[in-house]
Amino acid sequence: MDLSLSDEQKQLQDAAERFVRDKYAFENRRKIAATDKGWLAENWAQMAELGWLGMSFSEEDGGYGGGSIETMIVMEQFGKGLVLEPFLPTVVLGGGMIARAGSKAQKEALLAPMIEGKKQFAFAWLERQSRYNLADVSLKAEKSGSGYTLSGHKGVVYNAASADNIVVLARTAGAAREEKGLTLFLVDGKAKGLSRRDYPTQDSLRASELTFDKVSVGADAVLGKVDGAFPVVEEAVDRAIVALCAEATGCMDAINAATLEYIKTRKQFGVPIGKFQVLQHRMVDCFTNAQEARSMTLMATLKIDDEDSVVRRKAASGAKVQIGKSGKFCGQSAVQMHGGMGVTDELSVSHYFKRLTMIDLMFGNQQHHLTRYSNLAMAA
Amino acid sequence: MDLSLKPEHQAFADEVRAFARENLSPATRAKTLSGRHYDKDDHVVWQKALGRKGWLAYTWPRKYGGPGFDVTQRFLFENVLAEEGAPRIIPFGVKMVGPVIYTFGSDEQKERFLPGIRSSEVAWCQGYSEPGAGSDLANLRTRAERDGDHYVVNGQKTWTSYAHWGDWIFCLVRTDAKAKPQEGISFLLIDMKTPGVTVRPILMLDGAHAVNDVFFDNVKVPVANRIGKENEGWTCAKFLLANERLGIAEVPASKRGVRSLWELNDDPALKEKIADVDLQVQALEMSELRALSTMALGGAPGPEVSTLKVRGSEIQQRIAELAMEAVGEYAAPYQPDLLFRETNETPVGPDHAPPAAPRYFNMRKTSIYGGSTEIQKNIVSKAILGL
Repeated sequence: MDLSLSDEQKQLQDAAERFVRDKYAFENRRKIAATDKGWLAENWAQMAELGWLGMSFSEEDGGYGGGSIETMIVMEQFGKGLVLEPFLPTVVLGGGMIARAGSKAQKEALLAPMIEGKKQFAFAWLERQSRYNLADVSLKAEKSGSGYTLSGHKGVVYNAASADNIVVLARTAGAAREEKGLTLFLVDGKAKGLSRRDYPTQDSLRASELTFDKVSVGADAVLGKVDGAFPVVEEAVDRAIVALCAEATGCMDAINAATLEYIKTRKQFGVPIGKFQVLQHRMVDCFTNAQEARSMTLMATLKIDDEDSVVRRKAASGAKVQIGKSGKFCGQSAVQMHGGMGVTDELSVSHYFKRLTMIDLMFGNQQHHLTRYSNLAMAA
Repeated sequence: MDLSLKPEHQAFADEVRAFARENLSPATRAKTLSGRHYDKDDHVVWQKALGRKGWLAYTWPRKYGGPGFDVTQRFLFENVLAEEGAPRIIPFGVKMVGPVIYTFGSDEQKERFLPGIRSSEVAWCQGYSEPGAGSDLANLRTRAERDGDHYVVNGQKTWTSYAHWGDWIFCLVRTDAKAKPQEGISFLLIDMKTPGVTVRPILMLDGAHAVNDVFFDNVKVPVANRIGKENEGWTCAKFLLANERLGIAEVPASKRGVRSLWELNDDPALKEKIADVDLQVQALEMSELRALSTMALGGAPGPEVSTLKVRGSEIQQRIAELAMEAVGEYAAPYQPDLLFRETNETPVGPDHAPPAAPRYFNMRKTSIYGGSTEIQKNIVSKAILGL
């Protein structure tokens, strides 16, 4: 057993650390969040140049043959800087599904340009009624000539406004909430009949509500098997969850470091407040929580490629439960120990807290994944 | 012992409810129930109506123009108004500086200041906290130097709620720099229009503007605006803090919060968590009633009110957290227009979604303000447990 990083992986970690230090000082991040798109083209181009957009794809798909560990490494640093560029929707979700399910032609048309930084993606799955159920899909795709017509609604689609192509999960057969009968489609971001309502999210990302009013696509827009998309989606989402867990560990490191610094310097009753035992113990609990989060993230990263899907699913859900729990503890504690300063917009602490909170809600919160985990454990 | 209401108290509750239904603006009520932010007018129009009825200063004795409610009436008054969706009465005039003035002020000061508080004509804010002097209040540095019949005030107050709406601010200032921390402090009333007073907004993590920094740059304050003796302001400060902690638990608002949680979601796992917080609210309410019952018999609330503040803030936080959990991923869209402004815009997602996450974030302050949870526990461990 060896849980250390290889030399190449260490170099990647250094490069990602440097990127965050150079580009994501907190005041810089505020400026990036206030731009039209909410992210910077020059940063995206640099990520492409550094090879990060292609690192987890096979060489035959035009990538550099890395994998989950590489994704974990950069996501962790992105978490430290609260990076806004749409790596997760484009590379992990969109790119991941195209690599897994796409035809040769689709990969050539989409994956190669994405790796070069020339195309971005979004993944539209959630609907008003879905809550966290990936199969609760009612957006309809009906056969029409050789292609399909899509009608319905999708919500909280991250990066939809910037995406060249949107991967849409649609129902081609079966009843609502049935896992069978789901199909993925690649829809042009500017397709006729597709309208968008864009908004910022609590944590300064960008998302949109999408309305599909008889959007026509050709047969070549089908990604993977007709009626058979669910396993592809579930796996991609599990991978996204593990990437989010890595981002969260970075957030926790940063927020804990800020809190530790604060309680060492802020004085009350004539001493630094870190001299008070109640805060010392709480800080220790923060540290412990971040350790547990890091351990579970690593475990899930190492199991996410397992051939047995039960192993993969349990690992993703298990890590997500831990990240939800630890993220909440570290976030709430940081705010409490910073006192009033912690609830202001001025300090980065509140922004880490908001991101950690939103990560808990993405793709299923603690409660949802605890239930999923216990169902899988009981079935095994 | 008896929990049920006497007929005259039931009649009083009905009267309060009828008054609220007649006088509370439907727009203000809608803001309460949906969790959106109030404008100054929401508060002032409502408080003036209460003032005209003689109910605004509902905790004051008759002698100073209060309605002379007994403790049961006070309890019913707060609960019924919360149920009807009334905004919380801004406490700085009625609950804080008013009682300080009628307890420690001169007759002239009582005549000058109390009527404007009772009628809500004059808006107050509280100048206690400073950078470096929050929970450690005695560490305050704002200084007032005597110059004939004036003080010259210099320094900074922070976390000043509604300073941007305030006509007057009551302040703790240092009048003797050489004295021990808790001595040498005086209690001053300052007109916000005095030259040298500047208010700077502090934006909170949900984008809201409710608190401020207040700067004093050579502000001239008549000595006649000092309450109590010079260098003995700590007496007023302590009196005020004890008054503040009872009621800061916000039981009526939490009861309303739990009721709306029950209506939100059918997820059985969530229902269990709602049941749990529902029971916590009941325990807290009962504890508050016990404290009130002691007061009804002539006793004073003891340091155990600190435990009410601790639990009360935890419960408010938990309710906000569950409301956000019920919304799921639709908590993500940030829609400030729907929180802060009059608008016909349709929310993204369910109607109750837009305030859910901002409220959760914002409610983290409840365990910090009014003496943090850590400070309240210190009080209990020292004063009750003798540790």
